[in-house]
Amino acid sequence: MAEAEESPGDPGTASPRPLFAGLSDISISQDIPVEGEITIPIRSRIREFDSSTLNESVHSTIMRDLKAVGKKFMHVLYPRKSNTLLRDWDLWGPLILCVTLALMLQRDSADSEKDGGPQFAEVFVIVWFGAVTITLNSKLLGGNISFFQSLCVLGYCILPLTVAMLICRLVLLAGPGPVNFMVRLFVVIVMFAWSIVASTAFLADSQPPNRRALAVYPVFLFYFVISWMILTFTPQ
Amino acid sequence: MATTAAPTGGARNGAGPEWGGFEENIQVMGGGSAVIDMENMDDTSGSSFEDMGELHQRLREEEVDADAAAAEEEDGEFLGMKGFKGQLSRQVADQVSCPGRNQMGSRQASRAFSLYANIDILRPYFDVEPAQVRSRLLESMIPIKMVNFPQKIAGELYGPLMLVFTLVAILLHGMKTSDTIIREGTLMGTAIGTCFGYWLGVSSFIYFLAYLCNAQITMLQMLALLGYGLFGHCIVLFITYNIHLHALFYLFWLLVGGLSTMRMVAVLVSRTVGPTQRLLLCGTLAALHMLFLLYLHFAYHKVVEGILDTLEGPNIPPIQRVPRDIPAMLPAARLPTTMLNATAKAIAVTLQSH
Repeated sequence: MAEAEESPGDPGTASPRPLFAGLSDISISQDIPVEGEITIPIRSRIREFDSSTLNESVHSTIMRDLKAVGKKFMHVLYPRKSNTLLRDWDLWGPLILCVTLALMLQRDSADSEKDGGPQFAEVFVIVWFGAVTITLNSKLLGGNISFFQSLCVLGYCILPLTVAMLICRLVLLAGPGPVNFMVRLFVVIVMFAWSIVASTAFLADSQPPNRRALAVYPVFLFYFVISWMILTFTPQ
Repeated sequence: MATTAAPTGGARNGAGPEWGGFEENIQVMGGGSAVIDMENMDDTSGSSFEDMGELHQRLREEEVDADAAAAEEEDGEFLGMKGFKGQLSRQVADQVSCPGRNQMGSRQASRAFSLYANIDILRPYFDVEPAQVRSRLLESMIPIKMVNFPQKIAGELYGPLMLVFTLVAILLHGMKTSDTIIREGTLMGTAIGTCFGYWLGVSSFIYFLAYLCNAQITMLQMLALLGYGLFGHCIVLFITYNIHLHALFYLFWLLVGGLSTMRMVAVLVSRTVGPTQRLLLCGTLAALHMLFLLYLHFAYHKVVEGILDTLEGPNIPPIQRVPRDIPAMLPAARLPTTMLNATAKAIAVTLQSH
C-alpha cells in the first residue's frame, strides 16, 4: 500500500501511516456517486489555526469583526454587483444598525409614562420580522439564497435609512416648520431609493430572472414602512 | 387537457423505482424537497363539477386568459396527481418490503414533522409569474356574469399576502401628518392587526358559512378570493387618503368597492346551489367587505382629522368630533404645550371610542 509523505510543518510525526488506512472498512455502495475533494486532514495545521484565534487578543478579534462590518458598509454605500455580503455574511452589522435606529426613534419626552419601551421593541420587531418575511417570500418564489444571507443583505441595506434618521434628527434641531418637513421628506426619499437600489443589487441575482419584480416588491414595502417611521418621528 | 397529463406522467414514473422517479421530477420542478401538500390536490382534483366549469369558462374567456388558465391548471394538476401517485406508491412499497413490521408509524411521524418544519409546504402557493399576478389583480375588479358554472379561483397566496401588506402600508401612509405627535406604536400594531385580522378572520368565517351552505370552495380559494378583493380597498384608500373629500370617497366606495364585491359575490354564487344559501353567503360577504372599507376610511380618518383640525385651526370646515379649546390669541411659547394637550386629548378620546 502506498505510504503518505510526512506532512510539512509537523515535526512531531514519527512514522508515516499507510494511505487510506482508516477507510478500508468503509463500504461504498455503487449507486451513490462520490463527489468532491478527498483531502487528508492535516491535524497539526488545524490545531495551529484554532489556537491562533483563541489566543489572540480581544482587541484584534473585535477589530477584525469591525473591519468586516465596515467593509460591508462601504459595499452598501456604493452598491455594485458583488457578492461580498453574500459570501461572508454576518449579522453584526444589522444588529448595530437596528439598535441604533431603535435608540434614535425613541422619544425624549417625559410626559407620557409609556414612552421609550414600546418604541424600541416596535422597531426591533418590525425590522426583524419584516426581514424574515421577505426572506421566506424570496425562498418560496424559488430563490437560491440562504436564510441568513438574505437577512444579512436586508439588514445592511438599512444603513442609508439610519443615515437619514441622523440627518433628520439634526434638521429637527432647527425647529418644526414646512421647510423643515420638505427637507426631511427629500432626504428620506433619497435614502429610501438608495436602500432599495442597494438591496436589489445584491438580491437580484439569486432570484429567477422572470420573478425579480415579485421578490423586490416586498422589499419596497419594508423600506417604505421604515422610512415612514423615520419621517413621522418628532422628538417633542 | 387535465386528464391527459396524469397518465403520461404515470407511465413515465412507473418505469424506474417508484420513489426515485418521484423525487427526480420534484427536483426538476423547483429544487424543493419531496414533501407534498395533500391539500393542493383539492384544487386540481379534476372532479366533474370543476371540469364542467372549466370547459364553459374556457369557451367564453379570451384566448390569452384561457391559455394562462390552462397552463396553470395543467401544472398544478401535474404536481398534485404525480405527487399523489408517488406517495401512494411509496407507502405501498413500504408495506410490501416489510410485511412483518409496520413502518408506517415512524415514517408518518417523521414525515409529519418534516411537513410542519418545512416551508416547502407553502411553495406551490407561491408559484406565480408577474404577468399572472397583474392579470389577476385586474380581473378582481371585473365581475363575471356567468353564474351557472363554477368560476375558477386561482389558489395562490403571493398576491393576497402582498395586498394585505400593501393595505397596511397605505393605512400607515394615511396617518402621516407633519409636526404631530402620533403614537406610532399603537397605530402600527393596530394597522397590522386590522388588516391581517380581516383577511384571516373573515375568510375563515365565510369558509365556515360556505361549509354550512354547501358551497364548493376550499379555504385556500377563499383566502385568495378575499385577498384579491382587497385590491379595490387599496385603490380607494390610497386615493381618498390623499384627497380628503367625502363625496369622492362615497363615489369610490360604491364604484370600486362595489365592483370588487360583485366579483367575489359572482364567484361564490357560481359555486353555491340554492337561493337561500346564495343569499346568506353572498349577503354576508358583501356586507362585511363594504363595511370594512367604510370602517377603514372613517375610523382612521377620524384620528387624522382630529389631529389635522387641531393643527390647522378653524380655517378648514372641520367635523367636530373633539372639543377644541385652543384660544385664538396665544403667546408663541405656550402654543406647543397647548396644542400638545389638545392633541393628546383628541387621541385619548379616539382611542377610548374604539
